Amino acid sequence: MSESVPIVAPPALEARGVSVTFSGRGSRGLARAVDGVDLALEAGQIVALVGESGCGKTTLARTLMGLERPSSGEVLAGGVALSYASRDLTAFRKRVQLVLQDPTGALNPRHSVYEAVAEGLRIHKYSGDERAKVADALGRAGLRPPERFFLRYPHELSGGQRQRVVIAGALVLDPDVIVADEPVSSLDASVRGEILALLLRLRDELGLSLLVVTHDLGLAWNIADRVAVMYLGRIVEEGPTEEVLSAPQHPYTQALLSVVPEIAGMKEIVLAGEPPDPTRIPAGCRFHPRCPVVASGEAARLGIEQACRTQPLPVLPLGGGHAAACHAVGSG
Amino acid sequence: MALLEFDDVSVTYRSHGTDVPAVRGVSLAVQAGESLGIAGESGCGKSTLVGTVLRLLPKSAKVGGRVLLEGEDVNEMTWGRVRAVRWAEASVVFQGAMHALNPVQRVGDQIAEPIVLHSPGTSDKAAKKRVSELLEQVGLPADRADSYPHQLSGGQKQRIMIAMALACSPKLLIADEPTTALDVMVQAQVLDLLTSLVRELNLGLVFISHDLSVLATTCDRVAVMYAGQIVEEGPASQVFDVPRHPYAAALAGAFPRVGDPRFRYAPAGLPGDPPFPGELPGGCDFHPRCPVSIERCATDVPPLLTVGDHRVACLRADERLNLLALTSEGEVGV
Repeated sequence: MSESVPIVAPPALEARGVSVTFSGRGSRGLARAVDGVDLALEAGQIVALVGESGCGKTTLARTLMGLERPSSGEVLAGGVALSYASRDLTAFRKRVQLVLQDPTGALNPRHSVYEAVAEGLRIHKYSGDERAKVADALGRAGLRPPERFFLRYPHELSGGQRQRVVIAGALVLDPDVIVADEPVSSLDASVRGEILALLLRLRDELGLSLLVVTHDLGLAWNIADRVAVMYLGRIVEEGPTEEVLSAPQHPYTQALLSVVPEIAGMKEIVLAGEPPDPTRIPAGCRFHPRCPVVASGEAARLGIEQACRTQPLPVLPLGGGHAAACHAVGSG
Repeated sequence: MALLEFDDVSVTYRSHGTDVPAVRGVSLAVQAGESLGIAGESGCGKSTLVGTVLRLLPKSAKVGGRVLLEGEDVNEMTWGRVRAVRWAEASVVFQGAMHALNPVQRVGDQIAEPIVLHSPGTSDKAAKKRVSELLEQVGLPADRADSYPHQLSGGQKQRIMIAMALACSPKLLIADEPTTALDVMVQAQVLDLLTSLVRELNLGLVFISHDLSVLATTCDRVAVMYAGQIVEEGPASQVFDVPRHPYAAALAGAFPRVGDPRFRYAPAGLPGDPPFPGELPGGCDFHPRCPVSIERCATDVPPLLTVGDHRVACLRADERLNLLALTSEGEVGV
């Protein structure tokens, strides 16, 4: 499905034509949570996957981590298709680690910091010096001196420190990739920048690849090399952060940007309603029922309204450029 | 007369045999039709401060100073009067309140509950009519009254909570992190709703958030709290765009301006943690974390000085009007 431009090293993680469907409850049909996505996370790159709740971004991230199996398409790690045999998955999960939104929920309140970080090593039967490894991971996550934190419990730590413990738990296995799902949205404003700076430094110092799932465009501007905007199971715009966030092409990206409170002077485009239901994806462009270009009559003037309502858009190709899945792009 | 006035309000909690000061000498006022934002980190005392308005604090809390609701001291009220004032004079939309809805009761009945409690004898028909009005006011179709909470999205549930808070036509609305759990687009919808309610109903709004950028777009004025005190207060856009206090500058810098090259690959944070209320560092309480502190910050307490329509408590406020540039270089560490 994809025609990727040849790159020297294969991407750390890649989705090719990935769809994930869940069976709906009761009379509802299949929910197409991810509906045909091509996405590449190059080695050493930070990609922000942005969109509203329910757009499928977390499902896509889970699929890239081998936690969901795609109903069609495939996931590649380092250019090799992911095998879902349990032994292969265990080895794969050592290389791809997850950091979740709420550090308080992610940490066992009765485990000390040492136990929390060492858990991954024990699961993967690490045979070297466990203590040194844990200390090293805590130090990298910015908890110094690490020994001072070994015997602390989560309730004795601040929110930012807890998130650092979670990150240390991910780092201890020397992963190639970290997938972070809303890593700072439950943290205080002052701590947020500290954690983002840590993620950025891990990429620079360890060469880690990072996929950050978020609804926060400010976060993407702060740390991401590339931004992929997801709407109702599809990536609707993707490209280098500067281009996507400074010159957004898709009306959905434009609307998302316009409601970021920090951007002064931009005319606010508040979309009515919430993202529609993945069990009933609209025909044509899946965004057309909420699209301001269609609603304002602009699409009719451009002579594309019929296409917006009936003609589906192709999956965005991989390629390293900036692209948007919208009938209006290039027609006006 | 101000709709709400905090006059030198302090709150101390009794904990393990010692008094812990959570709020220390806060003075603020909100007029009808005005919105006031209160910003600060977890534990800075912002929720405790607004808890004094409807006497919502636990028994261990000692409140000093005066909290005046339309000139009437809340602390002098009898319990009967407090109950009458709740909902009808002032009401609260709590953080994560959408989880507070009863899952097995239709939302219309939940909105009607305070109406019937405050005016016993209200007919079912009158209550229903009022519920329809309220739903329309918060931008929901009237037939949503028959829905159960699980049939509604997060944004719709938050609208229901706002409708409930408006049920007895209060003059003051207190919103404690009302959009924190919501998506960007839904957050924008709820913020627009709050702004239009302030305008249309001439409400006073007290809006608490740790996100200074949200307050800057919604509120007329913003107060920034640190360790139980106000460190800066002024017109919202000024506090956000040209903060005078280094702490306000750090909060403003934490949310990057998308498109501004200064923030690209440069997340700005503030090292360290706020002090425990029982172990204040002395001098200016922000000095251990302050990127621009000088020697006398450790010993001298900065007074909250008024300059025009702006108040700021920093010994160096005159020297540097905008400290944003300095704080954005913050070192990472614990």
